[in-house]
Amino acid sequence: MEIALKEQILGIVTPYPERVLGNVPIFITKDDQEAQHLCLLLSRILKAMAHDLENGVYIIVKH
Amino acid sequence: MDKYSQIVILGIGAGIIARLYMLRNDYRSYPSYPHGYVTHISLGVIAASLASLAIPALLEKEFTAVTFLVLAAQQFREIRNMERETLTKLEEYALVARGLDYIEGIAKVFEARNYLVMLVSLTTTGFAILFGLLIGALAGLITIFLSGFLMGGEFVRDIAIVKPGKLHFQNSLLMVDNIVIMNVGLKNAREKILREGIGVVIHPKDDNARATLNNLGQRQAILHDVSVLVGNKLETGEPDWTPLMRKDIDTGKLGLFVLPNEKDIECVIEAIYRTPVLESAVQKPLASKVGRKAAD
Repeated sequence: MEIALKEQILGIVTPYPERVLGNVPIFITKDDQEAQHLCLLLSRILKAMAHDLENGVYIIVKH
Repeated sequence: MDKYSQIVILGIGAGIIARLYMLRNDYRSYPSYPHGYVTHISLGVIAASLASLAIPALLEKEFTAVTFLVLAAQQFREIRNMERETLTKLEEYALVARGLDYIEGIAKVFEARNYLVMLVSLTTTGFAILFGLLIGALAGLITIFLSGFLMGGEFVRDIAIVKPGKLHFQNSLLMVDNIVIMNVGLKNAREKILREGIGVVIHPKDDNARATLNNLGQRQAILHDVSVLVGNKLETGEPDWTPLMRKDIDTGKLGLFVLPNEKDIECVIEAIYRTPVLESAVQKPLASKVGRKAAD
């Protein structure tokens, strides 16, 4: 059986470090393009979904 | 030869034919394994034998023989458990699960089929004793067709109308017409979904249908059948392609998104129409006074 954290933010990816804070892994990128790429990698590694909060912040959540 | 032996053999034969007739290997592809066939045919033979012996036993004043029917009923309840357990275990590795409601429905059908076999054998032997072998065989055949009729349930076709919907993005939200499906973060995934995805809208025909389609088990069954019939690009670890169904809370219509292997919207609509309506999902608010009053 697979055990995983579900419906929780596993990571945050953003080029705007001032907009995020908290006890979650935060990946700071130099621009949106790099953030997109990091989101793709993280979502595939964690078997999770990348969501766009539409303010330049992306979160990785497993459903 | 004993006076009942021909009748009993006829009854068993009719029962076995009934079981074979009901053992269709349809697109739900279950049971598609030789071992599944063997299990169900042998249980069918047992059911047929027990039921065929019941009436001759009664006529010979062997009343205890009838209690075996009770034993049989107990035995066939086990079939439901067996099917439920197998299918629930298989769910763990299914990309698009059947859902517990669908499994319960399948399990119930397998149990009921054995009771129908018993009904066929009982009618056959009963009529054979009263009116002769030929009439008995005929009665058996009629019961087989009647039981086929009894087992045919409703399909989504009967309760809803499916129309193509417009798949589009509102910023990061995937929408089918005005129904929000999910938030997709990756730009490449959004482009792929727009290029290859299909969105349809399911309009329930009345308030009964609306309540039935509201059931999450029914929705999962539709998604499962669509995925099986038209294929699905979903891959483990890539949840962006998950087929989903969401409701428009104001009107009760449902938006369905799927990323099929081939972009063929007619086939997706037909697949939805062919999904059975699950017994456990059926609700009939319109059958009550309150429900009718609330509906207008």
